[in-house]
Amino acid sequence: MRITCPFCGERELGEFTYLGDAKPQRPAADAGEDAVYDYVYLRDNIAGLMSEHWYHGGGCRAWLKVTRNTLTHEISAVEPAAGAGAAKVGA
Amino acid sequence: MKYSIFSLARAALSGHKNWKPTWRDATPKDRYDVVIIGGGGHGLATAWFLASEFGIRNVAVLEKGWIGSGNAGRNTTIIRSNYGLPGNTGFYELSMKLWERMEQDLNYNAMVSQRGVLNLYHSDAQRDAFARRGNTMRIKGIDAELLDRAALRKMLPFLNFDNARFPVQGGLLQRRGGTARHDAVVWGYAHAASELGVDIIQNCEVTGFTRDANGKVTGVETSRGKIGAGKVGMAVAGSSSRVAAMAGLRLPIESHVLQAFVSEAIKPLLPNVMTFGAGHFYVSQSDKGGLVFGGDIDGYNSYAQRGNLPVVEDVCEGGMALIPMIGRVRLLRQWGGIMDMSMDGSPIIDKSPVDGLYINAGWCYGGFKATPGSGLVFAHLIARDQSHKEAALFGLDRFQRGAMIDEKGQGAQPNLH
Repeated sequence: MRITCPFCGERELGEFTYLGDAKPQRPAADAGEDAVYDYVYLRDNIAGLMSEHWYHGGGCRAWLKVTRNTLTHEISAVEPAAGAGAAKVGA
Repeated sequence: MKYSIFSLARAALSGHKNWKPTWRDATPKDRYDVVIIGGGGHGLATAWFLASEFGIRNVAVLEKGWIGSGNAGRNTTIIRSNYGLPGNTGFYELSMKLWERMEQDLNYNAMVSQRGVLNLYHSDAQRDAFARRGNTMRIKGIDAELLDRAALRKMLPFLNFDNARFPVQGGLLQRRGGTARHDAVVWGYAHAASELGVDIIQNCEVTGFTRDANGKVTGVETSRGKIGAGKVGMAVAGSSSRVAAMAGLRLPIESHVLQAFVSEAIKPLLPNVMTFGAGHFYVSQSDKGGLVFGGDIDGYNSYAQRGNLPVVEDVCEGGMALIPMIGRVRLLRQWGGIMDMSMDGSPIIDKSPVDGLYINAGWCYGGFKATPGSGLVFAHLIARDQSHKEAALFGLDRFQRGAMIDEKGQGAQPNLH
């Protein structure tokens, strides 16, 4: 598996760290225990196309949103993660 | 049939041409008291315990491929009960005790070999942590010995004791731990369960659940038609989320790939199972002579049953750091299995929120050693509708209650367990 970083180009997997599914959104502070439980613990654990967060620690140190097929490891899209430093400055 | 020295002699005298299949390949009936989804070690063990311990013999085990084609055939065959936390310590020792009598119980040679499991330590702090775990085990009546460097030098003279960064200072040894032949475990449970009337149905993929008006599960839809069931148990670690989703459930689980490796056969070298304490590398030697070893999960969600090269490199570096002499041994095979990585690194054995559906999941990469214990406690849960006392802490609701069993203290990040 190689990931094409939008800032650094195609790099080998060892440069990246995985966080997980990009879908869970942190609930509002007053959202209640069930919403927090859902956010912290429950996962769709998708078999197929999944949008996920990777960190390019061995390169530009940007957070990336990668669309990857968990059945084949095929990567179809890589973009800066919303809110990540590079995305904020519009790089 | 019953296996014995006489059955072996009889078969030998007729040129080994008259062996009968060891278990019955069944076709599905319309209805069973209990249907178990998943014909791996855990599913087959559950069926056998249902039939032998709890008197429920109208049982089917459904397997989408062939029995043992999933993680039962993709592990590193290690058995041990060296856990430190309440919940785990007692459960894995229950399982260890069942390993010790499995071959007699099943009338099947599973090549259970209590050659010892040795966790190496490389610093004073690690020694203290291991001593604490060893003491926890001994308080529970489990064997554990803390060995110093001199004892290890005698036992394993070829280790890299004076590695500049990670000198081997000693190890925590569980002599009762060891290995078992993974395929034979599956075949043994299939053999014994089949003898008691359990139907083992292969090439039968579950595609959905049938439910009544109250939402209770009444059976399963499969690639071989509908099968009714009084109760349904799922033992499909690796694919638990996919099967649970058919019942509308989301689980605290991510599926990750774990790679394992075997080298070409070499002369007898390793007397036991050994783990490197300064990296993630564990190794034993199979009876055929190959070094069987593994390391960390790859770290990203996967259902692909194959991994990537960074982990291969990392595992081989761990091996070289510990046993430099294996540097010229060639790698023969490498494979990947899909792990149910739970949010605290411990399994889930519980009734599901859906009436009639029981869950056995979240084994992370510790499922093989748990096979007999898992079968017993899951059968207990299904038969009696209450948890076995050694599995009472493995509830699905423990995440919501904050009662995690997090052996490594990593928190809710499945790829770190």
